[in-house]
Amino acid sequence: MSQRITVAEALIKCLESEGITTIFGYPGAAICPFYNKLTDSKIKHILVRHEANAGHAASGFARITGKPAVCVATSGPGATNLITAIATAYMDSIPMIAITGQVSTEQIGRDVFQEADITGATEPFVKHSYLIKDAALVPEIIKKAFYIAGSGRPGPVLLDIPYDVQLQEIDFKYPDNVEINSYRPCLEGNKLQIKRVAEAIAEAKKPLICAGGGLFTANARELVQCIAEKANIPVICTMMGISLMPSDHPLFLGMVGMHGCSAANRAISECDLLILLGARVGDRAVTAIKEREDFKVVHIDIDPAEIGKNLPVNIPVVGDLKAVLTQLSEIIRPQENADWIEQCRSCIIKNAHKDGKPRTDGVNPAVFLEELSKLLPGKCVISADVGQNQIWTANNLKLKSGRFITSGGMGTMGYSVPAAIGAKSADPDAEVIAICGDGSFQMQMMELATMVQHRINVKIIIMTNNRLGMVREVQTNNYNNRLVAIFLDGSPDFVKLAAAYGIHGEYVNNNSEAEKALENLIKSDKPYILQVKVDENEKSLL
Amino acid sequence: MKHTISILVENNAGVLARISGLFARRGYNIHSLAVGITDNEKISRITIVAEGSDYTLEQIEKQLNKLIDVIKVRSLPADKLLARELVLVKVCCKPAERSELIDIAEITTAKISDVSPETMTLELSGNQYNIATFEELLRPYKIIEIVRTGTVAMQKGSEGLRI
Ligand SMILES: Cc1ncc(C[n+]2csc(CCOP(=O)(O)OP(=O)(O)O)c2C)c(N)n1
Repeated sequence: MSQRITVAEALIKCLESEGITTIFGYPGAAICPFYNKLTDSKIKHILVRHEANAGHAASGFARITGKPAVCVATSGPGATNLITAIATAYMDSIPMIAITGQVSTEQIGRDVFQEADITGATEPFVKHSYLIKDAALVPEIIKKAFYIAGSGRPGPVLLDIPYDVQLQEIDFKYPDNVEINSYRPCLEGNKLQIKRVAEAIAEAKKPLICAGGGLFTANARELVQCIAEKANIPVICTMMGISLMPSDHPLFLGMVGMHGCSAANRAISECDLLILLGARVGDRAVTAIKEREDFKVVHIDIDPAEIGKNLPVNIPVVGDLKAVLTQLSEIIRPQENADWIEQCRSCIIKNAHKDGKPRTDGVNPAVFLEELSKLLPGKCVISADVGQNQIWTANNLKLKSGRFITSGGMGTMGYSVPAAIGAKSADPDAEVIAICGDGSFQMQMMELATMVQHRINVKIIIMTNNRLGMVREVQTNNYNNRLVAIFLDGSPDFVKLAAAYGIHGEYVNNNSEAEKALENLIKSDKPYILQVKVDENEKSLL
Repeated sequence: MKHTISILVENNAGVLARISGLFARRGYNIHSLAVGITDNEKISRITIVAEGSDYTLEQIEKQLNKLIDVIKVRSLPADKLLARELVLVKVCCKPAERSELIDIAEITTAKISDVSPETMTLELSGNQYNIATFEELLRPYKIIEIVRTGTVAMQKGSEGLRI
């Protein structure tokens, strides 16, 4: 049975039908009809303090639930403020629905107040977008949008809805499913190819798995471990793949890449079979092996366009990682590989605690993060920002379970806190901690209010070096230490700033103060911040 | 190398912008582009002639396939290519020169589509080589304007691109 309701109401019913319980947004005139109807719904709206953060929060939420999450903004500046978040989600294949208000249909194209061509502007960073001009198509389009965002290789889908369309009445019935002629993601992997992978594993003397973020998307986390263990294959991960494997697992070597650890980088340049799982071979991840020809590459990914894009591949397999790895795990045979594993691990042991000394003025970030790792509960989400803080966290956080999230592809400063807000909203029982720099914190500190207003108990650790540390490091290494535009003088005392929001916090000036402060942070059932002093010359490149 | 790519797309708003945007963004060079609806009015067929290595071609095909509105992409094999362009050329033509131009039209199988006291407009459909020769023959007559469609193409033989 269909009902006669406005598009605004229909939109909300669609979201409810999709199981959406929380949305992140910021209103304005062009999206008011939608907000007006939101009052009648159980959907919780979290008012962020900047639209980009609505997008990042939705991204954090989606990463935890694995399903499309929703952010909302008004037309014009509201929509353009969302762009960075949409692009960030696109680069990391995050399922997201962005809803924007638009000026009325008859005004489109006349440069009226707060008009922006947002479908045009976001074209390069969306999986798909709709400028909805025909009200009757709304239910079908929303159904398609969720399907597109969440299936295949996920990504953001933008729905731009003119003001007058939101007010029109339609016969509403939400379709149970949709078919899109031109969109049929390939899910099952080719059996023959999977067999070839198994054979390659059997033949290899030095196999290596490189695990990427696609494994989270496919919900195939356990399968990697299962395959690695069954065939005794060491595992390295990309930044997006951190926390896929427990970091103390005997087969796990660490993160690969320009900022990765030497054990992982050595393994990738010495292996004779590289098995890429849901990793897109990003330029910062695998610089070292571009020239290698003396090894075989297996690449398993749901997106055929990623296979062979950055690295020639011997055995491509297109398909959903869960489906493919399930099949693969059934046909691979146990292998020894003892010497190879030994060779890989020797490098970890040699490098452990290379620079593991506590410091007395400013913390040693590595030691600090190891301390944090020890205190973390099993159910946790660590959201790292961008910069040195991200690299320190990526390399030194030891997660046994729980989840690491960061803006990997885009490297968007200001991601960690809103993403943590999203993650905490998705999983209130998890301990959720954002780790950022003093630079990036100042791109998102307005969200302290969001945390307080909506009682979202996110904890924040600010690695305070009074510098845009990562850029400082680049200037030191590549520009003869001519430092420019990286000094953060004028920054506030973050503990006092937090206090102004009613948030508790404390200072950590050296490693010996860390344990107590971290305990307080984790004990707190309210938001909490730590301002952690880090020496300005601390390095992230090892 | 030049490649001729046929694309079947859903005839939705913005689809052409998405496709041309993709080429621009990823640095693929478009030589020509032609669009028109098919026998199914909901589906358009686009022919793109693009320049690039085999790697680039593979990337173009894969990236095009990722666009939600794209139904099918096929790179047409060079040896089985049936390709046509249409060109209209308006040249200066005094009444005394008309018979010469009529001769050229006859030899090249062009049509005379418009005549004025001072000009003549000729129309030819053919492959790029036919058209190049045609242009060359007309150049001595001072070309006033020229307009060329992009290439439309299909594969020779019994095989067809349909959904
Ligand atoms: C939005 C945005 N602007 C600029 C950059 C370039 N950038 C990368 S790291 C970095 C410095 C980050 O400084 P801070 O947040 O203090 O962290 P630190 O590196 O000191 O740990 C900058 C400016 C970026 N990644 N994102």
